[in-house]
Amino acid sequence: MKFIAESLSKNFSEFKIFTDISFKISSGQCLAITGRNGSGKTTLIRVLSHLIQPSAGKISLLENASIIRREDFYKYIGLVGPYLELYQDLTAQENLEFFARMKDLNNYENRIAYLMERIGLKGRENDLVKTYSSGMKQRLKYVFALLSEPEILFVDEPRSNLDEQGIQTIYEIFEEQKKSNLLILATNDSDDLQFADMRVDLNA
Amino acid sequence: MLKAWLIFKKDLQQEFRTRYAINAILLFSVVTLTAVSFAIGAFSADSDILSALLWIILFFSSMSGLSHIFVREEETHTSDTLKLVSPATSVFIGKLFFNLFLLFALEIITVPLFIAVMNLEVINPSLFILVIFLGSLGLAAGGTMVAAIISKAGAKGALFTILSFPILLPVLISGISATKKAVTEPLISPAASELQALIAYAVVITTASILLFDFVWNE
Repeated sequence: MKFIAESLSKNFSEFKIFTDISFKISSGQCLAITGRNGSGKTTLIRVLSHLIQPSAGKISLLENASIIRREDFYKYIGLVGPYLELYQDLTAQENLEFFARMKDLNNYENRIAYLMERIGLKGRENDLVKTYSSGMKQRLKYVFALLSEPEILFVDEPRSNLDEQGIQTIYEIFEEQKKSNLLILATNDSDDLQFADMRVDLNA
Repeated sequence: MLKAWLIFKKDLQQEFRTRYAINAILLFSVVTLTAVSFAIGAFSADSDILSALLWIILFFSSMSGLSHIFVREEETHTSDTLKLVSPATSVFIGKLFFNLFLLFALEIITVPLFIAVMNLEVINPSLFILVIFLGSLGLAAGGTMVAAIISKAGAKGALFTILSFPILLPVLISGISATKKAVTEPLISPAASELQALIAYAVVITTASILLFDFVWNE
């Protein structure tokens, strides 16, 4: 699996967020996006995950040299970010079952149970998401992102709202993700940056 | 189609927990119907006016709830989450199913109440039901697309009605005319042209919406 960004730029009206971003990463690698507040890390993650279109440039995901179509891109990715929310009026289990079925996953019950236990939310599956604390919501977002064992995991602000135990758990997940898949982080934290093989600095 | 069904079920589950859209629609329709019945009385209006009043109540009641389906996704920041798990077409069809469900729920309560309160005598009930059904398809399809467009705007409430009115005007005109004929004519044939217009509108607006929705949904 190869992920290639070529000359990406993004403007909002006249306001330039970033220009001419290019990189190429393959399975087994981690890319870190760094930059000061307001430099466009979140916007770049949203562009890379196809949530918004770039103003210029091209993004390609290749599997065995064949290009994945834009319409199918969502099947290959997982994303954790502060701007993503799960449905507050549904329980965690209802949310995860809905997302698993939308992604055509088989045996998703076992996967949900495994991830909920691993991330430390076992026993809270049937609580409404709106009753979760912000740290629990962040953990649940990791379960959502990891449901389909994504080829590319995008994480914007990985440690947001997590306690020490939560951070340890997600670092273990990052290690596993890097072994055979791709990991893209948007962070300035030096502990997070230890996973990075490559870096895109938006201050440059 | 399975994904559209899953989105419809999810929206229904959320709606039954919050009852935001269904309460807004039903309360608006009952209040409007009560105001109209007090204003003009049960026996003073003829079939032309009553047909128009019925569609005005249906149109403005639906305006109070149809936009909610996309506005809720934007305001609760779940639209990006939905984009990560679903192709755009499934989202549109799922949301269209939900708005159709809302409209049918509205009509099951409002239309019999209107007939009873306004003392409306329907000569051709099968044509009447067909017109309401086809009109609902058009209202739901047009309303769902406009809801998707305005959900990213600032002044959502006002924009929805303003943008919907010209787009849904053909449904209102044909619906009012066909309803008038269902009230006065025993046969379906006099309303053939209105029925054709309603069917054509529903097919065209649904097809165009499915084709164009990707551009609206993905920015």
